[in-house]
Amino acid sequence: MMFLTLVFATLRTATPLLFASLGGLLSERSGIIMIGLEGFLLVGAFAGSAGAGLTGSSWVGFLFAGISGLLFAALYGFFAIRLRSNQVVAGTAINLLAMGATPFCSQILYGSTVATPTLPGERLLGAWVTALAISCFFLLHFAWKRLPSFLWLRFAGEHPEALESAGIRVNRVRWSAVLAAGFLAGLGGGTLSLALSSAFTRNMSAGRGFMALAAVILGKWRPIPTFLACLLFAFSEAAQILLQGVILWGTEPVPVQWIQIFPYLLTLVVVGGLVGRSRPPTSLGV
Amino acid sequence: MNSRMKEFFRILLLVAMGLALGLSVSWFAGESPLRVARVLWHSAFGSPYDFGMTLFYTTPLLLTGLAVALPFRAGLFNIGAEGQLQMGALACAAFAILAPGLPSPVAPILAGLAAFLAGAFWGWIPGWIRARRGGHEVITTIMMNFIAAGVASYLTLYRFRNPDSQNPETAIIAEAFQLKPFAAFGEAPVTWALPFAILLAVLLHLFLARTLPGFAMRATGENERAARFGGMDPGRVRMLTMALAGGIAGLVGIGEVLGNAHRFRLGFSAEYGFTGIAVALVARGSPFGVILSAFLFGALHKGAGDLEMETERMNRDLAMILQAMVLLLATADALFRIHLKSKRKEGES
Repeated sequence: MMFLTLVFATLRTATPLLFASLGGLLSERSGIIMIGLEGFLLVGAFAGSAGAGLTGSSWVGFLFAGISGLLFAALYGFFAIRLRSNQVVAGTAINLLAMGATPFCSQILYGSTVATPTLPGERLLGAWVTALAISCFFLLHFAWKRLPSFLWLRFAGEHPEALESAGIRVNRVRWSAVLAAGFLAGLGGGTLSLALSSAFTRNMSAGRGFMALAAVILGKWRPIPTFLACLLFAFSEAAQILLQGVILWGTEPVPVQWIQIFPYLLTLVVVGGLVGRSRPPTSLGV
Repeated sequence: MNSRMKEFFRILLLVAMGLALGLSVSWFAGESPLRVARVLWHSAFGSPYDFGMTLFYTTPLLLTGLAVALPFRAGLFNIGAEGQLQMGALACAAFAILAPGLPSPVAPILAGLAAFLAGAFWGWIPGWIRARRGGHEVITTIMMNFIAAGVASYLTLYRFRNPDSQNPETAIIAEAFQLKPFAAFGEAPVTWALPFAILLAVLLHLFLARTLPGFAMRATGENERAARFGGMDPGRVRMLTMALAGGIAGLVGIGEVLGNAHRFRLGFSAEYGFTGIAVALVARGSPFGVILSAFLFGALHKGAGDLEMETERMNRDLAMILQAMVLLLATADALFRIHLKSKRKEGES
């Protein structure tokens, strides 16, 4: 029973990470660094909650979440691809913008910078969104080596000149990847405020965008390993919540702080000890 | 005009454009951007106290900006300044609590050293992982931030807790450790921490420009292979760079713990580590530039504080929007070249 609870909690927790790292994977393989996942998640979470509140439909809200991520990605793409700005800088700016713009808009719409109104429980999105995220990953896995568009994607990141000389516009491939990344990460944000909880709260992405990016790097920029890395992060987060207040040894429960840092410590050990060097796409960020 | 001055003025123009773009957001919310700009200006520079508060916010941003800029020059992206400054500030307070009997001139110096060492240790770990295990510093520094938050919370609540307070904070440090604020700024806690941070920026500039280790750092960042052929050990350079950067971020503890709160408070940092990334990037990794951009970001942070009171619909989150727009535009050099490029393309075809 405990085991099943843990499995379901893991899958639930993994949902926003899965969407965001799908986006990160596409963008980074096309050669565009994706620091901005955190920002996309945050605007997605806000737009999802606001959209669901305005239209009365959580699915429309979910779509809003994706579109808001797409719009932010368009802004990012304009600077990163069109103007060839430093991608790390532009991505950091996107994150900062999302951190400021979401409470700013929340204040204007709802008079509170802390949270949006709560959605009633029966209107929340269910396990569907998790299933959607997982199936997206498997679709990507099967399309990865079979569809020419994904071959182009990988060439755009590894050897853009070759792609260009084959008559494919590299920037068009990169634009598609970045916009898709924004849409997917936006959806991931929507799951935060529409499925995992019932409202948008300030800074609710809480580093998950960076975790998703970490999953992509840990997964060595490949679909299935990235998927597994997301599950690892989600598992340690879920285990952390289940372990709180449990007496493991002695008479006192372990201080909650030690349990809270467990997922991050685990990631640190995995990254530092087990994975070794991972090779990014050759033309990433160039 | 040499190319450096040109770049400086170009960044200045882009920053102004970013500010204008960010301010125009208020127009969508039904406020006059000019009025908002006036409120911002008045609140950041209106009185000696306001100006002092701007300087007070500038200090940690200057240090975290340097803590990001230095690794940036060595080809590393330090997202971990937040965790490093937490550990530094906590160590500062912990040292003062554990050694309460120290006399005045020695006490704050040693506490500052403790802050530096704790931050340096926190920065060294991701540096070591990157250099010796190949783990990417973007992941590890983020993880170190979360771990720092947990460790700081544990130590504050279970080891150094202030018995007289309901707030999550450590006990108050002895008087010998406390820095006196300068009289010129009223109540604003502007202390020696600020001139010290500026001096540090100048020293780092000289270090990067004139010394051999500074050169090794830049070489590692610009061309790792060449650095290796030149007999340098890029791994070692990365480790030391991260440790130095972490130590600098840790020095935030001086202004906050010794100069302002006289204790370590959980959650004292207004995302200083994160904003420091923006500060460093606007300055393009130049220590001199960091002084200016930290001042700009500090002024925006202070200026936005009065927006709720002075306007109908603005709030302090506008500061982050403005900072983001400044950052977004600050690297868009291409805006100056688009025109040229399209002309050149026509010429080619």
